[in-house]
Amino acid sequence: MKCFTRARLWMAVGVVILAACSGDGGSDGASEDAGVVNVYSHRHYDTDQELFRRFTESTGIRVNVQTASADELITRLETEGADTRADLLVTVDAGRLQRAKVRGLLRAVSSETLQTNVPDHLRDPDGFWYGLTQRGRVIVYSKDRVSPEDLSTYEDLADPKWRGKILVRSSENIYNQSLLASIIAVHGDEKAERWAEGVVQNMARTPQGSDRDQVRDVAAGVGDIAIVNTYYLGLLFNGEDERDRALADKVGVFFPNQGDRGAHMNVSGAGVTAHSPNPENALRLLEFLTDTEAQTGYAEANYEYPVKPGIEWAETLTGWGEFRADTLNLSVLGELNARAVMVFDRAGWR
Amino acid sequence: MVVALTSLPLVVILFGVFGRGSPMWGHLVDTVLLVYVGNSAILMLGVGVLSLVIGLAPAWLVSAYDFPGRRTFEWALVLPLAIPTYIIAYTYAGVFEYDALLPSALSAVWPDMEVWRIRAAVMSREGAMVMMALVLYPYIYVIARASFLRQSSTVLEMARTLGRGPWDTFFRVALPMSRPAVAGGLTLVLMEVLNDYGAVKYFGIPTFTTGIFRAWFPLNDPIAAMRLSGILLLFVFTLIVFERLQRGRARFDDGARGYRPAVRRALGVRGRWLAASVCLLPLALGFLVPVAKLATWAGQAGSRALDVRFLGLILNSFSLALAAALIAVFGALLIGYAARLSPTPLLRLASRVSVLGYSIPGAVVAVGVFIPFVWMDRRLNAFMTAAFDAPTGLLLSGTLVALIFAYVVRFMAVALNPIEAGFKRLCGNLDDTSRSLGVPPLKTLWKVDLPLLRGTLISAALLVFVDVLKELPLTLILRPFNFDTLATRAFQLATDEQLARSAVPALLIILVGLVPVILLNKLIGGGGKGS
Repeated sequence: MKCFTRARLWMAVGVVILAACSGDGGSDGASEDAGVVNVYSHRHYDTDQELFRRFTESTGIRVNVQTASADELITRLETEGADTRADLLVTVDAGRLQRAKVRGLLRAVSSETLQTNVPDHLRDPDGFWYGLTQRGRVIVYSKDRVSPEDLSTYEDLADPKWRGKILVRSSENIYNQSLLASIIAVHGDEKAERWAEGVVQNMARTPQGSDRDQVRDVAAGVGDIAIVNTYYLGLLFNGEDERDRALADKVGVFFPNQGDRGAHMNVSGAGVTAHSPNPENALRLLEFLTDTEAQTGYAEANYEYPVKPGIEWAETLTGWGEFRADTLNLSVLGELNARAVMVFDRAGWR
Repeated sequence: MVVALTSLPLVVILFGVFGRGSPMWGHLVDTVLLVYVGNSAILMLGVGVLSLVIGLAPAWLVSAYDFPGRRTFEWALVLPLAIPTYIIAYTYAGVFEYDALLPSALSAVWPDMEVWRIRAAVMSREGAMVMMALVLYPYIYVIARASFLRQSSTVLEMARTLGRGPWDTFFRVALPMSRPAVAGGLTLVLMEVLNDYGAVKYFGIPTFTTGIFRAWFPLNDPIAAMRLSGILLLFVFTLIVFERLQRGRARFDDGARGYRPAVRRALGVRGRWLAASVCLLPLALGFLVPVAKLATWAGQAGSRALDVRFLGLILNSFSLALAAALIAVFGALLIGYAARLSPTPLLRLASRVSVLGYSIPGAVVAVGVFIPFVWMDRRLNAFMTAAFDAPTGLLLSGTLVALIFAYVVRFMAVALNPIEAGFKRLCGNLDDTSRSLGVPPLKTLWKVDLPLLRGTLISAALLVFVDVLKELPLTLILRPFNFDTLATRAFQLATDEQLARSAVPALLIILVGLVPVILLNKLIGGGGKGS
C-alpha cells in the first residue's frame, strides 16, 4: 500500500517536471532566432491569429503572441525594462498606448507605408503608436418608440426629456471613459461633470452588463436608447443566436454630433517597444497590419472600421451608412483618461 | 523558509503602501471608498451565510443519514466548485435572457413582474451573492464532510444516548467539533468573494477589487491601489485573528482511542425525500442548470468552436494545476507540521501571513511575484555575464516557473487551511508517543501523521487543482508566449462576448475538474470506512 502511494507520487512529480521543461524550452528557444517578432497584445481575436499566420507565410518571420489586458501588459513591460522580449504592444484603445508612450515604453518609428496607411489623427504625432482599426461609440434606439429626429448629440443625452430612458454600461468600461474624455476635451471638466450627472439622472437602471446586453435591453423595452460600441453591434447582429440577429430589425443605429465635431471614435493600435530586440521585424509587422490585406481582414471578420482609406467596409457597417467621425487626435483621450474617471466618480456613474 | 518565499510578493505589495504620496487617495476617500467597503462587506456577509447553509446541511445529511441518492450526492455536491464565478455570472445572465423559459414562466406567475425586472434582479448585488454562494459552498461542504466522517461514533452516539435529538447532536456536538474545519472553509469562501473580479465587473457592482484596478490603471495611482489592497488584507487578517482568538486553547481531537466511524441512520419516508431535496437544490442550481445552459450554447456554436488545439489546452491546464497542487500541498504540510512541532507565536503569525495571498486579486499577486523574479533574473544575468560571459537575460520571469510559484503563493490558503485543521484533529498523543520512542520528527511526519492525514491532503490538493484550473488574471499575465489554458481561452471568448463559443472551453474546465473530484470521493469514502 505504502509503496503504491510512493510510486504514484514520484510518477506525478515526474510528469510535472517534464511538463514544465517542455513548456520552458518552447518559449526560450524561439526568442533567440532573428526571424521572430514577439507581440504583447490585448487583441485576443481569432482574426488576429489568422493575420499573424499570413504574415509568417509571406515573410518567414515567426510571430509569438502573449495576450492579456493592456494594463497588465504595460505593467509587465515596465518591470522587464531593457530586458523585455516584447517587440510590439497592441491595445484596443488609444489611451493605453498614450500611457505606454508617456512611461517611455515605446519608441518612435516612421515609414512611408505607415504615413500613407494611417491618417494623421489616428496616430501619435511623434510616431510612437499607430491606429490599426476604428470603433465608433454610437446611440442605438428602439425603432418603435424613438424617432431618429429626436436624437442629435451626446450632449443632448443629459436633457431631462430622456429621464428614465437611457441604458449604458458601467464607467469601468474604457469606451465610456474615452467618450467622456472627448467631452472634457471640448467642454472642460465642469461641464463634463454636469453632463455625466445629467446622464446618470436619465438612466433607466443602474449600469450593468455588457454592450450587447444594453442593445437587448433596448429591444426588450427596459429603456429607449443605449450608448454602444459599433464593433459589438456588428458581432451581435451577425452572432450565433438568431434572436440576436433579429435585434437588427428592432433597433436603429445613430451617429451623433453630425452637425459639429462628429461621432466619437476610438482605435485599437500598436507601437514598437522601446527596448524591442527585433525592431525591424516589429516595424514590418506593423506595416503589414496597416496594409490592404490585413485591413480588409479586420473589416470583414471583426466588424471594425479600417484605418486605411479606401478599404471596403463589412456589409453590416455599410448598412449603417457613411458618417462624420470626430477627428480629435486620439492622444488627447489618453491624456484626459484619469480626469474622466474622476469625473465619473464624482458624478456617481458607477 | 516556505513562509518567507510565499510572503515575499505580499511584502512587495505592502511596501508600496508606504511609498511616496498618493495623489488620488483624497479623491477616492471623498467619492467611492465607502461604496467599495459597503458592497464588499455586504457581499461577504451574504455569501458567507448562504454558503454555510447550503454547504453544511448536505454535508451533515450525507455523513449522518442514509437516503436515496446519497452515494451520488456525496461526490456530486462538489461539482459546482469547478465553475468559476465569472462563468456562472455570464451563464445565469443567459438563463434569464429575455425570451428564455424561466423568466417567462416567472413573469406568468407574477403578472406585474416584467421579465426585465426579473433579469435586473438577477444581475444585481443580491443576485451575485446567490451565484457566488452556489459555486463556493463546496469549500465548506468538502471540508465539513471530511471532518464529520472522521468524528468517531463514540462521541455522537454518546450524545444520542444522553437523549439529544438529531438537531441537538448536530448543533451541540458535531458542528462545534468541526468548527476549525468549517471556519477554514468559510475563510476560503470569504477570501474568494473578496478577490472576485469578473462577476462583479459584469454586474456593475463597485467593490474593493474593481476599485483596486480603477485606482491602479485609469487613475494611474499604484500607491492608492496598494493602499486599497492593504485595507483588504487588514480586513482578512482581522477575520482570521478573530477566529483564532475565539477558538482559544480548545483542542478538537476527541481523545477516543477506538476510532470507529459513525453508523449512518436510515430516515423515514418524509425525511428521506426532504434530505434528497436539500442535497439536490444546490447541485441543480450550482451545477446542472449552468452546465445545461453551457451545453446549449456549445451546441449552437457547434463544430466551429471545437478543434485540435483543445487537446493542447487541456494538457496545459492539467499539468499546471497538478504541479501547483503538489507543490502547494507539500509547502502547506511543512508549514502545518512546523507549527505543530513548535507552536511559537512567531510561527503562528507566519502561517497566517502566508495565506493572505488568497484574498488579493490575482493580478496584484502577479505583479508582486513578477517584481522579485525580474530582480533575481537581473542578478543572475549580471553574475553569469561577469563569471562566464554568458548572459542569460530574463531567464525565469517569463516561464512556467514564475507562473507555478505565483499559483502556490495565491493558493497556499486553500492547501493550508484544511491541512492545519487536519493536524488539529489528529490526536497530539500519537506524535508524542512516536517522538518519545526516539523517532525523529520528519520520520514521525512520514510514518504517523501522513497516513492519518491522507484524506485531508488529497482534498487540499483537489481544491488547489480545481482553483488553478479556473485561475485567470494571474495566468494571463505570467504565462509564457503562445501559452494558453482552458481558462484563458474561455475568458478571451467571453470578454469578446462570444458566449456560445466560450461555452466549449468552459465545459472542458468543468470536465477536467471532474476527474480529481471523482478520485477524491473514492479516497475519502474509502478512508472513512476502511481504516
